[in-house]
Amino acid sequence: MQLTINGTPHDIEIEPDTPLLWVLRDEIGLTGTKYGCGIAQCGACTVHVDGEARRSCQVQIGDLEGAEVTTIEGFGSPDKLSLVQQAWVDHQVAQCGYCQSGQVMQATALLELNDSPTDEDIDRVMSGNLCRCGTYPRIRAAIHDAAAKIKGA
Amino acid sequence: MGRARTIARRTFLIGSAAVAGGVAFGVYKVKTPHDNPLAEGLGEGEATFNPFVKITPEAITLITPHADIGQGVVHMQAALISEELDVEFGQFETDFGAPDPAYWNTALSAEAVPFASFDDSFGARTMRGAVDGMAKLMGLMGTGGSSSVPDQYEKLRAAGAVARETLKLAASQQSGVAVGELKTANGAVQLPDGSSLTYTDLAEAASGLDPVTDVTLRDPSTWRLIGKPMARKDIPAKTTGAQIYGIDLKIDGMVHASTRVSPRRGAMNGYEANGADTMPGVSSILPITGGVAVVANSTWRAMNAVNQIEFDWADAPYPAEQDAHWAEVAASFTEERLDKEWRADGDVDAAMDGAEVISSEYSAGYVAHQPLEPLNAIVRADENGAEVWTGHQLPRFLQQKVAAIVGCEPDDVVYHNQYSGGSFGHRLEWDNITQAAEIAVQMRGTPVKLTLSREEDFATDYPRQIGMSRSKGTVKDGKVDSWSLDIATVSATRSMSGRLGVPVPGPDTQIAAGAWAMAYGIPNLRVRAYAVPELAPTSSWRSVGASTAGFFAESFLDELIHAAGADQIEERMRLCNNDVHRKVLEAVAEMSNWGSAMGANKGRGVALVESFGVPVAQVIEVTNTDAGIKIDRVYVAADVGRVIDPVNFENLVQGGVVWALGHAINSEITYSDGMAEQTNYHASEGMRMYQTPEIIVKGLENAEKIRGIGEPPVPAAPPALANAIFAATGQRIREMPFNKHIDFV
Ligand code: FES
Ligand code: FES
Repeated sequence: MQLTINGTPHDIEIEPDTPLLWVLRDEIGLTGTKYGCGIAQCGACTVHVDGEARRSCQVQIGDLEGAEVTTIEGFGSPDKLSLVQQAWVDHQVAQCGYCQSGQVMQATALLELNDSPTDEDIDRVMSGNLCRCGTYPRIRAAIHDAAAKIKGA
Repeated sequence: MGRARTIARRTFLIGSAAVAGGVAFGVYKVKTPHDNPLAEGLGEGEATFNPFVKITPEAITLITPHADIGQGVVHMQAALISEELDVEFGQFETDFGAPDPAYWNTALSAEAVPFASFDDSFGARTMRGAVDGMAKLMGLMGTGGSSSVPDQYEKLRAAGAVARETLKLAASQQSGVAVGELKTANGAVQLPDGSSLTYTDLAEAASGLDPVTDVTLRDPSTWRLIGKPMARKDIPAKTTGAQIYGIDLKIDGMVHASTRVSPRRGAMNGYEANGADTMPGVSSILPITGGVAVVANSTWRAMNAVNQIEFDWADAPYPAEQDAHWAEVAASFTEERLDKEWRADGDVDAAMDGAEVISSEYSAGYVAHQPLEPLNAIVRADENGAEVWTGHQLPRFLQQKVAAIVGCEPDDVVYHNQYSGGSFGHRLEWDNITQAAEIAVQMRGTPVKLTLSREEDFATDYPRQIGMSRSKGTVKDGKVDSWSLDIATVSATRSMSGRLGVPVPGPDTQIAAGAWAMAYGIPNLRVRAYAVPELAPTSSWRSVGASTAGFFAESFLDELIHAAGADQIEERMRLCNNDVHRKVLEAVAEMSNWGSAMGANKGRGVALVESFGVPVAQVIEVTNTDAGIKIDRVYVAADVGRVIDPVNFENLVQGGVVWALGHAINSEITYSDGMAEQTNYHASEGMRMYQTPEIIVKGLENAEKIRGIGEPPVPAAPPALANAIFAATGQRIREMPFNKHIDFV
């Protein structure tokens, strides 16, 4: 199976029904993508496949021939934050932080399509991402802030 | 080897006692204190001043022993030390440290004794002192009960001050400049001529000195950090996927395991491998207590193989069906099951005699913890000991649990605590760790990483206590006159302590927590707690007893005040007999503009519940829409004595409200055929973004003692919501989860 992950080509030999989530975590060692539920209920495993936000626990590796996958690690690092990640840090969003890779990936996808999301847009797009620590009010504020910065940029 | 290393712990304690006013000076001296664990293995030229600060020529390390389960406690502990040590974030590393009695928790007694938090009587103080003494002797290390801040607030500042003054002494000896002329900033001692000596440069000289213990803690008016908005040092890593949690760790040569134990929490009669043992990557199926583990070369293959196995489970040790659990709770309001009569003000029976009595029954079911990081642990058992990597709140008990399985001394279990993806009480339990250890002893030398599937985590969660209340009360002349509040729940405390092997004597302080010590001077008030015998095993769930008792109490009080025809806040304020509590009520009244007109189909509700010594008042505003109840806004005021970081404080309060409301609306665990019926988040959702209200937070600082804020925001939210729904719709909701009775948007 040949695909690109964060810009690097990978040749992966594994059972084709293996979820992308577990290929990333166990085979490639990209652990920023999290396992939360395995059934598309929490969003912790969200990555971008060909630019679209997908739950990696629901994507089989066998369906990804030639695909471009971007994970949270592909968007920034503690020393080099993406614009969305910077908004997350400015608003001190994370508590335990376990959901935040998925939240940032989902929000990044939202903002790529819509740089002026309303509260209703945010509700619609972000409600699939659970945060057990309850950081939703700060996530909302960070998204609005990031949107303002994108438009200002 | 400087003398500092052998006596550092003792002098540190004297130092800390002296700054607290010298009261405990003698006490610390007579009881042999624990040695400083950092002294062991210290290299040449490396200095430690107390169990919390270590400086080598290369690095400054601050030990932050409390477990970080999302509450930001590593940052908080580091900030307390930094405030006095004058180091900046970025100049030091933090480390959870090795489990050690020197890190005993000095604040655990607060909730462990049957006295109200504000009771400062001789009896209350004596009992707290006795429990503290026990905790100290046992070296009881633990994170829980929102005790981290009260435990560390003075201790860590003193630790920073002792280290700073010792470094100044070293600088003085080296430079010939008097200590009084030296200043510190930015991880260095500054000399009057403008030059400076970094702490790391001074490590060697300091290592030969006795720590300076004659220190005075800085006046709050001079603080750089405490009380000001901070930027948590763990947040950039948690925003970029760079934070490594236990579930992400990789140890050389490790294998992956997944387990299935009885969802009926009993024995396994047998199993049929059904081909699981020959699936790709699977190396073995091993027996563990109550079930099996599959060992494989990846997490996914191990989980997949477990799902292939067919099991035969023995019956549950508790009733198979949920109805029978409720029946047992309902049958527990008896003389034999009376755990304690906590309060008997006035004469309730006489007050009700001949009066019109209002009565009602409330109930709250089991609820799962299910933090987002599924439970996991890595254990490697060797011939003479073990090494463990996982996030846990009771490190020294963890060593005992693993040692018992591995067959070694607790001290031979090397434990590496990890940042956890949440807990809410879940990481006070043991199964993931004992299971990983049981697998590891069957393949000594190989590190075993156990990852629970979400379904296994749900099935083996120890949920919150199930319970009911029965209330009766009367009103007179527009005022609340009498109230008899009986609460019956299973005892999560006893269920947990049974698994821990440490019996807790006396009444369970949690059954009526948040209710019996209510700060209301009702003329006739009786509160009784009844202990329901163990049903499904339960555990501490964020805010523990107050999460149920607070709902029972503040909802019924709302009924009484409504019957009296009084205003909900005014009457609470009139009844309130504690200034600190009254001020949080006043604050939410003002924040919410209580009493102002609301539109059609809208309503406000209020509740005041104390949790772990913190009074919290909340006002919730709702709208009754065509699609169901919409929660518009929540106003919260909480008094913790002193807010350490207003930003993290706000985040934790908002999160606590979201936690409480989400579960109150839609989550419970029910049993059928002896098993939890809810298997994943689709059936136990909690709150999502679209339901989240605006949450406006105010931290007050009127209380005398400093307290933690992790749990206290939880208990007042559900009754405030139920009371708001009543105000908006006239429908009184007396059972959690509320969506059994009313729709939410
Ligand atoms: S792990 Fe994929 S949505 Fe939860
Ligand atoms: S920050 Fe803990 S689950 Fe979102």
